[in-house]
Amino acid sequence: MKKTMIALAVATLSASVTMVAQTTQINGAGATFPYPIYSKWFSEYNKLHPNVQINYQSIGSGGGIQQVSKETVFFGASDAIMNEEQLKAAPGKLLHFPTVLGAVVPVYNIPNLKTELKFSGPLLADIYLGKITKWNDPAISKLNPGVTLPATDITVTHRAEGSGTTFIWVDFLSKVSPEFKTTVGVNASVSWPTGVGGRGNEGVSGLVTQTPGSIGYVELIYALQNKIAYGSVLNAAGEYITASVQAVTAAASSAAANMPADFRVSITNAPGKGAYPISSFTWLLLYEDPKDKAQSKAMVDFVKWALSDGQRYCADLGYAPLPDNVVKLEMAALAKVKVS
Amino acid sequence: MGQRGKQGSSGSADLGFRIGTGVFALFLIGIVCAIGFLLTRDAWLSIQKFGLGFWGSQVWNPVSGEFGALPFIWGTLYSSVLALLIATPISIGIAVFIAEMSPAVLRQPLVFLTELLAAIPSIVYGLWGIFVLVPAVRSIETSLPDVARRLPLFSGPPLGLGMLAAALVLAIMVIPFTSSIAREVLKSVPAAQREGAYALGATRLEAIRAALFYARTGIIGGVMLGFGRALGETMAVTMVIGNNPRISASLFAPQHTMAAVIANEFTEAADQLYLSALVEIGLVLFTITLIVNSLSRLLIWSMTRSSRVSVAGSVETAEPLAAETAAG
Repeated sequence: MKKTMIALAVATLSASVTMVAQTTQINGAGATFPYPIYSKWFSEYNKLHPNVQINYQSIGSGGGIQQVSKETVFFGASDAIMNEEQLKAAPGKLLHFPTVLGAVVPVYNIPNLKTELKFSGPLLADIYLGKITKWNDPAISKLNPGVTLPATDITVTHRAEGSGTTFIWVDFLSKVSPEFKTTVGVNASVSWPTGVGGRGNEGVSGLVTQTPGSIGYVELIYALQNKIAYGSVLNAAGEYITASVQAVTAAASSAAANMPADFRVSITNAPGKGAYPISSFTWLLLYEDPKDKAQSKAMVDFVKWALSDGQRYCADLGYAPLPDNVVKLEMAALAKVKVS
Repeated sequence: MGQRGKQGSSGSADLGFRIGTGVFALFLIGIVCAIGFLLTRDAWLSIQKFGLGFWGSQVWNPVSGEFGALPFIWGTLYSSVLALLIATPISIGIAVFIAEMSPAVLRQPLVFLTELLAAIPSIVYGLWGIFVLVPAVRSIETSLPDVARRLPLFSGPPLGLGMLAAALVLAIMVIPFTSSIAREVLKSVPAAQREGAYALGATRLEAIRAALFYARTGIIGGVMLGFGRALGETMAVTMVIGNNPRISASLFAPQHTMAAVIANEFTEAADQLYLSALVEIGLVLFTITLIVNSLSRLLIWSMTRSSRVSVAGSVETAEPLAAETAAG
């Protein structure tokens, strides 16, 4: 009896040892915006492939770029593309792979207003530059004929911390307003000419819902999950588009025609019909020739799965899935990553 | 030393104990020096580029790569001093009530509750600030008469979010620290002090004043501990202060603090100079905390010295009191 017990114990022990030996652990870090879908993917993928375990720290896009450049993690993740300087600072060639799409929507609080407001890029830029300060400004009325707007001050709110959401927002405003581009510019955190900063999506939406006459911007997922009303935005094709998962995928789809080989593309103000103009990819950052080939093999297999089967988890979590033409390009590009 | 030598066999154990505790104390000094060294090293890029101008510049622009600490220094000191002004009288009041006047039944629950305030995570204070305090502050701000609104102290749109909300949250967070220390110090005032005061015909209020006077260095120590806490508080402040790096005297204006800007911008700072400037903000905060602590030490030291002199001369606390009692 005792002997069988010992034998059993030895057997289980050796079994667990071999399992540990086979498990591939991959560490990554970066953007907070895609964290919900990434953690869903990692856990679902782990169910299918118990020997692959992916750990992800959502420390922010800037942190992700830094960690992957210092090679303290195997892969990075970012809501903003790396610039030339950052790419040069990395010890090897880093590749960008779009995984899902997000969008940013303008939210506002005007008491007793029943209709949805329409915005254009230049109008939003002027509000965020502090040039338009009243809700009944002719520039707003012109886009919203028939809507009676109050003569109250506009309280501008923005994100206090560095954020991919801010990056997408100012990237769009800089594209449509030369003045915004020169005075504010594009970065994850910028020097705002006006307004108050709330921390996180919840900080901004908290400010907007509490402050009559305020305007702010939050991620589409956040607005959808918390049922916050938001305005429609004029796109490059001249249509007012209310953000939705479909409209964001449409923006990516129209941008795919001119997709650069390295996927480093901003799709704000995308040209196509039905495209929501304040949309963006979020990217995984992988080395073309990583040191650990076993991890590389597992990671490439995972990314292939995430781009195909994994995309069906997007809708539930409020992310826009990648359009098929982008997935095709990425599958081809994944072959560049060395796995042996 | 001579006395210790006479103890003989216990001498070596004594020496070991001294060295052991000495190492721990040195370890602490070592940590402080290491923090200072690392902050300076990582901030070096920014120190080289901006020099001393960093302390005085009001620009904070991550896009163009220009950085200055002044708005953050201002916001940190303004909010902390304001919080102290609100918290100190309340803390002393709480301490006096618990130590001197409270019925025994109430004492323990009160002690427990004030200390519970210290155990609440700052993010909870922040959320409470956003959803409860800020709307309340906004309604106070909007109800101010126009005459008052013209003063620089109350200028700007009534957002609710801003310096006043931050100072109020900080004050609540500081109260448990200051009041616990003040209470303990009051409890340690020798009974002879109070009895002496009563013997001279002092009323209860006057006896408490005498006890407060006796305990003043300890109370100031408590206030300074609260000040240190307020200087470094991050999450609760950033959620209600408005995070706008612009210097303003107005209580209603959104402003920014050093700890808040580090917490907010560190994660997304991918550029080397930007990161270095944020580390330098940390260095500035470290330096200011050091200065504040040294000043409070100096204050306490000079007070204890002068009181020792006067104690040698007469019974210092009872004398002015007796004169007042006689006058009353």
